[in-house]
Amino acid sequence: MSGKEIVKSASQLIQKEMISRNYDRITGGKCKVSSTFVPGNLNELLMCFDIANNLPEINAIQNAMRKKSGDMITEAERAGHSEDVCTYVKADIGMMAKGNIAPNGKPFPDPDILLLSYTGCFTFMKWFELLREQYKCPTVMLHVPYAADGTPTKNMRDYIVRQLKEDVIPALEKVSGVKFDIDRLREYLRKSAVAEDDLVWMLESTKHKPSPIDCYFGGVYYMGPIFTAFRGTDEAIEYYRLLRLEIQERIDKGLCAQTPEGDMPEEKYRLVVEGPPNWTSFRDFWQMFYEAGAVVVASSYTKVGGVYDYDGFRHDPDHPLETMADYCLGVYTNRSLPTRVDMLARNLLEYDADGLLINSIKSCNSFSAGQLVMMREIERRTGKPAAFIETDLVDPRYFSAANVKNRLESYFQMIDQKRRAGGSAAFGA
Amino acid sequence: MRTFIGIDLGSTTTKALLMDENQAVLGRGITNSRSNYDVAAAVSKQEAKIGARFTLFHQALGSRGGAAQLLSTLERNFRLEQFLAELGRLEETCQAVLDHPRFQEGKPALKESLSAVFRRIENEAPTIYAPGASRKSDFFRDIAGSRFMNLAETVSREAGASFETLLNIYDKSILDVESRVSSDDAVARQFQNGLSRAVRETDGVDIGEAEARTALAKVLGIELEETYVVGTGYGRVRLPFPKEHIRSEILCHGLGAHMMFPGTRTVLDIGGQDTKGIQVDGNGIVTSFQMNDRCAAGCGRYLGYIADEMKIGLHELGPIAMKATKSVRINSTCTVFAGAELRDRLALGETRPDILAGLHRAIMLRAMSILSRSGGVTNEFTFTGGVAKNEAAVKELRQLIRENYGDMTINISPESIYTGALGGASFARRAMVR
Repeated sequence: MSGKEIVKSASQLIQKEMISRNYDRITGGKCKVSSTFVPGNLNELLMCFDIANNLPEINAIQNAMRKKSGDMITEAERAGHSEDVCTYVKADIGMMAKGNIAPNGKPFPDPDILLLSYTGCFTFMKWFELLREQYKCPTVMLHVPYAADGTPTKNMRDYIVRQLKEDVIPALEKVSGVKFDIDRLREYLRKSAVAEDDLVWMLESTKHKPSPIDCYFGGVYYMGPIFTAFRGTDEAIEYYRLLRLEIQERIDKGLCAQTPEGDMPEEKYRLVVEGPPNWTSFRDFWQMFYEAGAVVVASSYTKVGGVYDYDGFRHDPDHPLETMADYCLGVYTNRSLPTRVDMLARNLLEYDADGLLINSIKSCNSFSAGQLVMMREIERRTGKPAAFIETDLVDPRYFSAANVKNRLESYFQMIDQKRRAGGSAAFGA
Repeated sequence: MRTFIGIDLGSTTTKALLMDENQAVLGRGITNSRSNYDVAAAVSKQEAKIGARFTLFHQALGSRGGAAQLLSTLERNFRLEQFLAELGRLEETCQAVLDHPRFQEGKPALKESLSAVFRRIENEAPTIYAPGASRKSDFFRDIAGSRFMNLAETVSREAGASFETLLNIYDKSILDVESRVSSDDAVARQFQNGLSRAVRETDGVDIGEAEARTALAKVLGIELEETYVVGTGYGRVRLPFPKEHIRSEILCHGLGAHMMFPGTRTVLDIGGQDTKGIQVDGNGIVTSFQMNDRCAAGCGRYLGYIADEMKIGLHELGPIAMKATKSVRINSTCTVFAGAELRDRLALGETRPDILAGLHRAIMLRAMSILSRSGGVTNEFTFTGGVAKNEAAVKELRQLIRENYGDMTINISPESIYTGALGGASFARRAMVR
């Protein structure tokens, strides 16, 4: 990794400050705290009860980027968790065993409630069972049916709305002592939709050539506020407004994507990436891309909290509970494989990408199952080359830099070769 | 003359291939990678040039009576000269190491032993390179090392020197000797000396000594200009080349296989530490690939480990496995566990050939998984890499391909180990010629 100073944009600095402010709120002891997960999270609803939103996967990511997750995972394995268990889970369990210290250096309070709002990842459910055992606190598990046929049905939506009314809201009222006010929810959802418009503008800004941003490595910063504790707030609206201005300025200046080492000098490859990034070697991983002049113009991971661009979803304040149900149902990993194929194939064509790269995660079946089949189908549909690499989320043992680099280099050269393919016919034996 | 060189820096061996402007392969060279890719690249390149000079000499002699005989005799004698030169360097280095203060105790006995060992190896050398003699390895390190080990034990006992210390001196010296690359002048001398020996050995050849010498001198005088060199393989980033001279081994193997067998659409390469399944189009362009990640079970090193476990040579594995009457099922793809399974099966009374047949099948099952993930086999198929030399591995592969994909053309070139280097040289040529 380069020892050079990391270049950060104004929006990145604001984002960092927002995330740390949320940690201060969680650990401040002045409000109730809910643990919940990123995909399909019900932040606006929690805000109606003045409950702070603590996201265990974000904690695992923060610990991984600070190079702390390895020890935490070892700690969890020592406690009996198998090598094959999701490494987010083990990082979380290990963090608890090591004193449950938040990234701001203060101890996490015990959660007042565990709110599971997306069950497409079965591991989430087991994870909360473990936490429930630990904290003995109220636990609400909202069952979100899998959208197996591609489109969620009205029955599915009604089923979720009923659970919200009968289980989730009463539980939150009980824990917080605050009465549910649907107008308050509407107001938050209205704000969500405003920020969501700018978020989608950001996602689509990469259609420009050169792309002003990287929508995978850079994208994970940009999606931070909307997928964590800020959706529905004025701060999120302001953040995405500023981000939009910042990106517009980059487009006006014709700049290539921003990286930790400054603006990429040249955009040589435009990629679509499927799957989460590796967090323990995040910068090294990114470096392999920008050193080759590769920018990610679209990624499924930037839709992991909720999907906005594919079918135009925005939170709808006029149908507050229904819109939350739709949000949960639309989570990327809750979509059927054909839908995911369609999303990625459309991204490849609409963003004029050179190819698809799949980063398959060892310990995440939600993402990884079926990826090879998806890859073949996307290759067939778009005629664009695809490649497959394998890493892990937060377990440093499963990032083999030499192997990943080898595959990436091969892939970039394969794209070069394809580009020259017109002239290759004469190059026979 | 303008030449184009591809160098494939593998984890076990480094291979170089030299071609001319018309894509004719003139020479190939191989050496052990010795954890020093700079040296390995230089040595393999020099070896490829040596190969090229043999080819050019052959062309100069034409197809006259006895040319082939003269050439093969020259080749053997050239290798003998090369061996003796390196042996001389090794002896010098060993003697120099002896001057170190830590060897002062017992120095005369050690000195005497070293001289005795080297004289004996020197005397044996013509036998090592005699017509029809088989060598387990062609690398100087392996030949000299095994002879040194064998002889030093007896000699040290006789001279009252410590065997351990002698080995220690050898270990220190061989690294140094291996790091030196023969100069073109030294190579030319070895050629000339080799020819003198060859002429003495051959009779009934139409080519006279003077004529042969003139032809050789002419060939040695040809400058083999390194017009463009492309590096590939795991050590490629270590090469002192600019970035555009480096190609991924996946692309090189794809193109190399296409150059050998133009009808190839699928390539399986099993090297020392990775297994690659590659799909190529009609022009040798890679369209898709898969390789092992995180774990190198089932690669060449796996076989090396098994050979070590069984205390036999790597080259003996295949022939022993071919004697199997059945294949013992080995479940573990983990190299270390395979060792445990091996001992377990031996304890249960299974025979070594049957167990080895099972191990070869286990490797190939793993390769089949990578192959199917890369897109499977739909047309002509080429197997490359060091493991393609193993007949038992090939047998299992043929069977599995037939079981899974039906009757397919399966190509295996005797030069398959040079596939990556061939692809590299082709890329090099393309960079300049097109």
